[in-house]
Amino acid sequence: MDTQLQATPTLARDPARSFQDMILTLHDFWAAAGCVILQPYDMRMGAGTFHTATTLRALGPEPWNAAFVQPCRRPTDGRYGENPNRLQHYYQYQVILKPSPSDIQELYLKSLAAIGVDPLKHDIRFVEDDWESPTLGAWGLGWEVWCDGMEVTQFTYFQQMGGFDCKPVAGELTYGLERLAMYIQGVDSVYDLAFNQHGVSYGDVFLENERQMSKWNFEVADTDALFDLFVKAEAECQNALSHNVPIAAYEQAIEASHIFNLLQARGVISVQERASYMGRVRDLARGSCETYAKLNEEKWAKDYPEWSLV
Amino acid sequence: MADFLLELRSEEIPARMQKGARAELEKLLRREMDAAGVSVSDLTVWSTPRRLALIAGGLPLETDAVHDEAKGPPVGAPDQAVDGFCRKNGVSRDQLEVREVKGRETYFAVIERPGQAVADLLAAAIPVIIRDFSWPKSMRWGDASISSESTKWVRPLSGIIALLDGEVVPCVTDGLASGRDTMGHRFHSTGPITIAGADDYAETLRAASVLVDHEERAGIIREGARKAAKAVGLTVVEDEGLVVENAGLTEWPVPLLGRFEDDFLDVPPETIQLTARVNQKYFVCEQRAPDGTTSLANAFICTANIAADDPAVVVDGNRKVLAARLADARFFWELDQKKTLAEHAKGLERITFHEKLGTVADKVDRVAKLARWLCEEGIVKGDPDLAEQAARLCKADLVTEMVGEFPELQGLMGGYYAAKEGLPVEVSNAIRDHYKPVGQGDDVPTAPVTVAVSLADKLDTLASFFVIDEKPTGSKDPFALRRAVIAVLRQIEDTDLRVRWSALFEIATEKTYQPYLAYLLTSIGPGADGLEVYRWPEFPDQDEEYGVTADVVFAFRSDAKFVSDAIARANVDLAVFLIDRLKVQQREAGVRHYLIDAVFALGGEDDLVRLLARVKALQSFIETDNGKNLLAGYKRAANILKKEEWTASDQGDASLNYVPENAEQALIDALAAAAPKAASAVTEERFEDAMAALATLRAPIDAFFEDVTVNDSDPAKREARLNLLARFTKAVGNVADFSRIEG
Repeated sequence: MDTQLQATPTLARDPARSFQDMILTLHDFWAAAGCVILQPYDMRMGAGTFHTATTLRALGPEPWNAAFVQPCRRPTDGRYGENPNRLQHYYQYQVILKPSPSDIQELYLKSLAAIGVDPLKHDIRFVEDDWESPTLGAWGLGWEVWCDGMEVTQFTYFQQMGGFDCKPVAGELTYGLERLAMYIQGVDSVYDLAFNQHGVSYGDVFLENERQMSKWNFEVADTDALFDLFVKAEAECQNALSHNVPIAAYEQAIEASHIFNLLQARGVISVQERASYMGRVRDLARGSCETYAKLNEEKWAKDYPEWSLV
Repeated sequence: MADFLLELRSEEIPARMQKGARAELEKLLRREMDAAGVSVSDLTVWSTPRRLALIAGGLPLETDAVHDEAKGPPVGAPDQAVDGFCRKNGVSRDQLEVREVKGRETYFAVIERPGQAVADLLAAAIPVIIRDFSWPKSMRWGDASISSESTKWVRPLSGIIALLDGEVVPCVTDGLASGRDTMGHRFHSTGPITIAGADDYAETLRAASVLVDHEERAGIIREGARKAAKAVGLTVVEDEGLVVENAGLTEWPVPLLGRFEDDFLDVPPETIQLTARVNQKYFVCEQRAPDGTTSLANAFICTANIAADDPAVVVDGNRKVLAARLADARFFWELDQKKTLAEHAKGLERITFHEKLGTVADKVDRVAKLARWLCEEGIVKGDPDLAEQAARLCKADLVTEMVGEFPELQGLMGGYYAAKEGLPVEVSNAIRDHYKPVGQGDDVPTAPVTVAVSLADKLDTLASFFVIDEKPTGSKDPFALRRAVIAVLRQIEDTDLRVRWSALFEIATEKTYQPYLAYLLTSIGPGADGLEVYRWPEFPDQDEEYGVTADVVFAFRSDAKFVSDAIARANVDLAVFLIDRLKVQQREAGVRHYLIDAVFALGGEDDLVRLLARVKALQSFIETDNGKNLLAGYKRAANILKKEEWTASDQGDASLNYVPENAEQALIDALAAAAPKAASAVTEERFEDAMAALATLRAPIDAFFEDVTVNDSDPAKREARLNLLARFTKAVGNVADFSRIEG
């Protein structure tokens, strides 16, 4: 690892040899396409789709184009740093384009070309994969995008969010950054990825994190405290909703969802209880979406006469 | 005459939907053209992931003028009828003529349709076809989707080509106008491709690296996979479903063979094949050893959608993905073996079988007891201990990682794990095969221990759902109970199990008493003072001792009654269900339902093996000349008895006070010989012999009706002869109820 800073940094990006350059290239690409480049949401969440820039912005008629990296936490996927492909913390690159542009597939393929995936060298395919999130009251149709048989992106046209029809429909692209980088860099273990062009590997950055967090997720986390946190998040969500601040309520739904995932990893939720907990999280998320939509309904309807909430 | 080309281009259509979409496109085009009076004969429909295409050959450019008359309802008929008639004939109500038909004022529609340009008709039809097109799942997209009413398609629709005789048929759907431009292969072609007409459509696309004919692509994949395997001395494991799926995923298919590490072959071959097929859509290959046995080879065949610059790069990428999948499979395989099946089985306590009937562990307990009982009673000639052991482990693999990942491997994996654990081979085989027979063509278990477990499992499933009144209705059979009962029937029949099915159902339903009652009682919740709600089964008389409130006692008693009633009802329903399915099953096997009725009508028959042997003997007999004539004689005799309302007081007494006619004596003698023979043959289940005994009555009964007058003026003769006929029908009727037989 080269810890020396460069005296005269050059700005040449090399997505084929650096994880961070790949991310920065995607930022360049989607920024140039007209997207707002956001930073990650500062909460623990299971997927980029939870980001308010995706869920809440998928509601209503206003155009919205954004791209961001979202760290994702999947406690049950932790493998103590011993599995080359599975992590309890990893990154997704999210692009949300609303309304979905007619050349969205072409744009996406250009972004792959920008990070060095040549479609005449590699077999790129759009394979049916529909998406449904009962927790968010959401579903969409789309594909998983294959690169030589590997799923590198989830591509979804949102049809419903929070129980409401998406009007207009948003297109969501979710790149699995680590696996895409492993592919482009030609390495077999995520920990061998070059994080930058100066000798820092993904393992240097995250291996110890995976070990400790896997241990905490599976063995250490105080389950009584987690149950308590779940109940508190649920209550706070209701409190926020009763005061008509749905964004704050939605944050509590995100929190409850993650606490639930942690409880799952700790193995203290039975199969029977599982459905009930998921139902409670869904009610929080849907309630937040509903209040958010209702709060904005009048303004949206005024600005977009052809639009209606239902 | 002209050819019509329609191409509906979209983003990638799921492979599994393409076949249905082709049929739908053809159906809708025919519907619209029929309605417009254009006859369509020669029609070709193609699909690729990115387009549906249709070519209708030999269309007229203009339809014939039509003069037609249709007779409608009489004047004064309900409005609904008149409106329906107008709609059907495309006329308005005030265009109807009234004519007199047989004295009634009757509406007539006179239809005058001038010839119309087929191009106009097509232009009107295309938006309708798009609007009415039915996809398994469809979606909205783009700017138009700000309204819920925007066009729906399987994925965004991006282009329409509509050419009649090479001319664009102009139409617009949601802002998308028809034209003659399309796109070629996503990567091997750039920019729009212009199509001149239906004739050159396929070839123009071929030049742009798109093979529009799905059959052609399937052929390339099928043959290419075979060749690729052959080239390295292997044989591809044929999988037509995979051929079609890959043809639906590619416009320019290129089958490529790759290898994976030999080490992975340690895991069961079924898991490798399944992960390759389901997750990656790869074919797998087999190798033949010098001794002629075949085994899975370390090779896969993927189907690329490009002629890659360097195919090795594509293959290598796919190899890595497969390796990761196989590593997962091996991880599961090894992880699962760290626990014994018995330990895994504990996990079943956490899985609900049905909320009213407890967990899967509860079900397993019932199945184990039932399997043991089947062996102990000698119904199945298996070892009771082994049967119970196998039954207790048969569902354990449901909580293994491997089956969690690949539910299709249930049973099979349990069998592997049991064998690895060193359990008796009868046990591992029973675990592996207890779901059989899965479909019509599937084998029925024959190994006794497997038979016991398999039968017990299905009986419990049937009993469970019938007790809680979750019976199949109409087309709904969510718990696959029809399949289960057919499996039971086939099992009993194929392995000659001598048992009354009512006894099987009684034993199986009885075992649901406890869990069902427990459910009903816990659904009341604990008493107000926090007392235990119930003690089963010794509870009812011990209210005092357990200090339970009167409410709860009452609830218990009514629930206990409810459950025993439900069980009694289930037994009746199950018998009806089984007989109903039996008739369907036998009808498919070519047995007339009335033959089954003829045996059932004797009453009390619930031994399937005996029933079917009897039906089979009856069927063969009825098809012979003797059988047909005897049946005719029987019916004639029965009719006479019915007409005379004859209830013989003493059918057994054959002594006569007059000299019988020859034919009469012959029948008396024949009956005296045949009746006991038939009766003992029936008792000993020699049904062919019983039929043979009956066959000896054919000539005498024919001669009797020929020569003897039954309704003789002498009351004594009349009585004796009617009694004789009654004895005859009784003897015949002991073998089967011939009155039920048609013909």
